[in-house]
Amino acid sequence: MNSVQSLIQPQVLAQIGFAGVVALTLTGALIAVFPRNILYNVLGLIVCLTGVAGIFVYLGSPFIAMMELLIYVGAICISIIFAIMLSRPLHLSLPKRRLPKVGLSLGVGTAVFIMLSAIISRTEWQPAAIRSSDWSVTTLGTYLLTRYDLVFETISLVLLVAIIGAIIISGYARRSTS
Amino acid sequence: MAAWQNLVNFLGPDLARIIVGLVGVLALVQVNALFLVWLERKVAAHIQLRIGPKEVGPFGILQTIVDGIKLVSKELITPRHVDRKLFVLAPIAVFLPVLVSFVVIPFSERLLIRDMNVGLLLIFAFSTFNVLAVLVGGWASNNKYSLLGAVRAVAQNVAYEIPLLLTVLSVVMWSNSLQMSEIVASQSKVWHVFWMPVAALIYLICALAETNRAPFDIPEAESELVAGFHTEYGGMRFALFFLAEYSNMLIVAAVATTLFFGGWKSFPGLGFLPVPGLIWFFAKTYLLIFVAIWVRWTFPRLRFDQLMNFCWKIMIPAALLHLIVYAGIIKLVR
Repeated sequence: MNSVQSLIQPQVLAQIGFAGVVALTLTGALIAVFPRNILYNVLGLIVCLTGVAGIFVYLGSPFIAMMELLIYVGAICISIIFAIMLSRPLHLSLPKRRLPKVGLSLGVGTAVFIMLSAIISRTEWQPAAIRSSDWSVTTLGTYLLTRYDLVFETISLVLLVAIIGAIIISGYARRSTS
Repeated sequence: MAAWQNLVNFLGPDLARIIVGLVGVLALVQVNALFLVWLERKVAAHIQLRIGPKEVGPFGILQTIVDGIKLVSKELITPRHVDRKLFVLAPIAVFLPVLVSFVVIPFSERLLIRDMNVGLLLIFAFSTFNVLAVLVGGWASNNKYSLLGAVRAVAQNVAYEIPLLLTVLSVVMWSNSLQMSEIVASQSKVWHVFWMPVAALIYLICALAETNRAPFDIPEAESELVAGFHTEYGGMRFALFFLAEYSNMLIVAAVATTLFFGGWKSFPGLGFLPVPGLIWFFAKTYLLIFVAIWVRWTFPRLRFDQLMNFCWKIMIPAALLHLIVYAGIIKLVR
């Protein structure tokens, strides 16, 4: 077995792919936070979420990966872009970065990070393959409507609030212009 | 066959399949665009009582190859005030969903690159990147016509994706699978179009809107916006947008064939003919594309408000109603 052939073993390729997916996620996250151009931020978010979809593929659920792309990239990011189009023109000079604001967001970000890492380090992780081998669409659907029904319904409540908010905001905008 | 065996031995079966598949898809994309551009010009010409291209090759069939060579040899001009990174990125990004979508389309019983169990979802998930690329290209061009075209494209694509997905959902419920090959297999007796003619109609209308074709071509309305989102692009970058557009036509037609018109199966009553599934598949697909071209040169362009009203007030309620009715029927029958 020569060197090229050992490099294209399925396991090695999977490792390279996983590294690529993680790199995609982290790069996207950095682009989503640092540039001052808001369109770059959204595109970074899209890159990040695409990487997350890749991680779901590695966890053995392509269905969730596709849903991640369809919902987060296809719906949420596109609606963020809509919001950008409706906000102040991009060619105007940017508002200055204020220290209290940056500090506050840094604090909130760190707090969430500490909370999540605490939860992650305390949980005893089992590989998905050991917990169950059945991650089919049918199983996921049954779980959503039985065991995780409350979560599912709460998410739809959030969506309802978002829709009502959008209607109210657009209603105000229309009244103030006409 | 010996060469194939060597390749499989060297790369391993999966990698060999992916590489050969991608090369095949790239070849198909090129040939399809060459053929469709010629077909579009020829059909348009005959509808308008002209002859169309006729000088290069028999019936002018080599005209697009000559045009392609011209595009490849042109200088890539980047205007001064564009956002350079995104301007270069957009034509590449527009091509990504095209390559991914062909991976799961079943061209015949045995000829498909990957038979994923979420195949249908894959196509719609990656079609989002197409909209994004159009938006990025239009925004990065720093040109008001480009930006207007991009904004229109996003608004239109987002709106028409909803009825499209809702009708596809009825088909998925009917055939009980997201796997492309199983959806075809479930139509072995009767095509879905005969069970769900309304869904097929809604799908075809939305597909026209998703591929930005007349009467839904307001993102690149020539008489208002010069060329819409790709106004500032020239040479091969323009050609990539063009190639993606024609490949998207092929994809939506191929998905329509798979979902509603029995995929690689023969036309009803013609099953005795010794014609391979591949031929049937492409015959149906190109027939649908011909209808799309026919529609383009027959109907005038819609106004933006008409387009949006048609989607939100007619198509989405119709698709929702269709979904509820068919869910009821499926519940009662099974």
